[in-house]
Amino acid sequence: MDFSSLNAVAMIVLLIGAATPILLAAIGELVVEKSGVLNLGVEGMMIIGAVTGFITATTTGSPMLGFVGGAIGGAAVSTLFAFLTQYLLSNQVATGLALTMFGLGLAALMGRSYNGIKPPRTERLEVPGLSDLPVLGELFFSYDPIIYFSLVLVIAVWWFLNRTRAGLVLRACGENHDAAHSLGYNVQLIRFGAIMFGGACAGLGGAYVSLIRVPQWTEGMTAGVGWIALAIVVFASWKPWRVILGAYMFGGITILQLSLQALGISISGAYLSMTPYIVTIVVLVIMSADRKRASLNAPACLGRSFHASH
Amino acid sequence: MKFTKTLAAAAAMGLALSGAATAGSHGGDPLKAGFIYVGPIGDLGWTWTHDQGRLAVEAEFGDSVETSYVESVPEGADAERVMSQMARSGVDIIFTTSFGYMDPTINVAADFPDVAFEHATGYKRAENVSTYSARFYEGRYVIGEIAGAMTETNKIGYIASFPIPEVVRGINSAYLAAKSVNPDVEFKVVWVYTWFDPGKEADAANALIEQGVDVIMQHTDSPAAMTIAEEKGVYAFGQASDMSAFGPNAQLTGIIDNWGPYYIERVKAVMDGTWESTDTWDGIAEGMVQFAPFSDKLPADVVARAEATIAAIGSGEFSPFTGPINKQDGSVWLAEGEVADDGTLAGLNFYVEGIDGELPN
Repeated sequence: MDFSSLNAVAMIVLLIGAATPILLAAIGELVVEKSGVLNLGVEGMMIIGAVTGFITATTTGSPMLGFVGGAIGGAAVSTLFAFLTQYLLSNQVATGLALTMFGLGLAALMGRSYNGIKPPRTERLEVPGLSDLPVLGELFFSYDPIIYFSLVLVIAVWWFLNRTRAGLVLRACGENHDAAHSLGYNVQLIRFGAIMFGGACAGLGGAYVSLIRVPQWTEGMTAGVGWIALAIVVFASWKPWRVILGAYMFGGITILQLSLQALGISISGAYLSMTPYIVTIVVLVIMSADRKRASLNAPACLGRSFHASH
Repeated sequence: MKFTKTLAAAAAMGLALSGAATAGSHGGDPLKAGFIYVGPIGDLGWTWTHDQGRLAVEAEFGDSVETSYVESVPEGADAERVMSQMARSGVDIIFTTSFGYMDPTINVAADFPDVAFEHATGYKRAENVSTYSARFYEGRYVIGEIAGAMTETNKIGYIASFPIPEVVRGINSAYLAAKSVNPDVEFKVVWVYTWFDPGKEADAANALIEQGVDVIMQHTDSPAAMTIAEEKGVYAFGQASDMSAFGPNAQLTGIIDNWGPYYIERVKAVMDGTWESTDTWDGIAEGMVQFAPFSDKLPADVVARAEATIAAIGSGEFSPFTGPINKQDGSVWLAEGEVADDGTLAGLNFYVEGIDGELPN
């Protein structure tokens, strides 16, 4: 076996690209779940973000506007979910699944005339002097702006949830919505906002797929990334920094197995393809083995509808 | 993902059923042809070309045929449910267009003896189940020759879906062709275990390019690899359809699946009452395998050779699997001048000599 041609730096660059859509969608969903809402429609919001981002970018010629468009598209469909679950009190699981199906169908319809078009290229963020450094330059300063943004976003979410009063109120809605309500907070409005934030993040993740990872529009192109993002939130036990760990690990194993195959290492591709999922399952099992700890992390009111009876 | 696709398929079928039920109550019905697709029509690859075939049927017969389809149907038990519902809705002939639909097709066909089933790329037949496929390996031999001539690093990347005979045939055929024009050529095969996942296909293309590959071949359905090839400045081939829109500089040519004539013929047979279970395996000669226009990046001698090969395969003069060919382990598969028979090719489950790596099973 010859590992010498396996370029670790290039692999890390690839894995971060593969992980970023998952990271973006997962950090958004984390906030949604922290507010006590389970939105299973991540996949649907992502694909909407992918198509609206693609349409915006190709129409305006600006990839950055494309990402804004993707976030707006994702947030827009999420308001549908928010309205149904928060004000009409529909079942969150069923509504989330419906949102995914609706999103896949609507995106296919919207994207009809955008097949085979090339989106404008997203330039890498060049830091004068630093980007040209050997190894370090490629490792730290060779990415597109969205990757840096996604990491800043995770830090911001951590700070918001743990260091601000508004974050505390949002968590209160997720832990005990009756208590939050009795203190005078508008639970529905706060959750509505959280859901929209989750939608915007998922949309941004979707736009990352259609504008950078695979710069093209094809129906169903997110191919299940949204579901992985949902799993990563549980994997991360609702802690923002662990979302980075989970997303990069998932992306890393995917890239590693493809690279090993390209290198000609004779290890069964079937097992390698399974590994990201197996590792996720194993971690979930280990985490849930200690029930007390697991239940400490999960928002107590997750998935429960709130109805103010007075 | 699977779950939602199923739901979506079920919902689609529900709509199709209610529509069919009202239409079915009149006399003098148009003949109904149903199609089951593994991916979305918008994949612009495999499923898209099957849908082009369906549209050709509509164009040919006009109002006397009514077609319906369900897209993105997962292979396995869900497929069985969708097929049963389609059969129950009064469809006369059903085309199931993916290898993984083989057992579901056979199972459902047993329950609906009056419905004709046509399964693509499989090998199990029954009284009311025909199989059909195209000799894509003929096309892959031609693009393999081009790849072998065009690579400068002598490394050709191959993005493979599942280790089934159809895919293994393609790899072997392309390798033999590339080797015949370039003895130093090396194949790097990456199995992605999916027919359609643009993100993963793009990752695989990136991983291959990272390993020094400068020509990419693929046996997955989306144009993702073509997009990456264009971006990174390497060559690639259109898969199932002309993908030059995604890689105007990258695409050298492409294999085009042309199902229309076959679908028209089979629907006609049902109309005439002459339909019976057959096994069709057509190639370049019959026009089921066609090519996208050759890129102007190809030197004249490469084009001339490709055209000569196409002509030789088309006329039956030459078969890609003509001995001497050894298996990967060095044992003899085909002796000098011996041509592989269809039975062997249909179940091909080994690499030929010279391909590195182990074939997963």
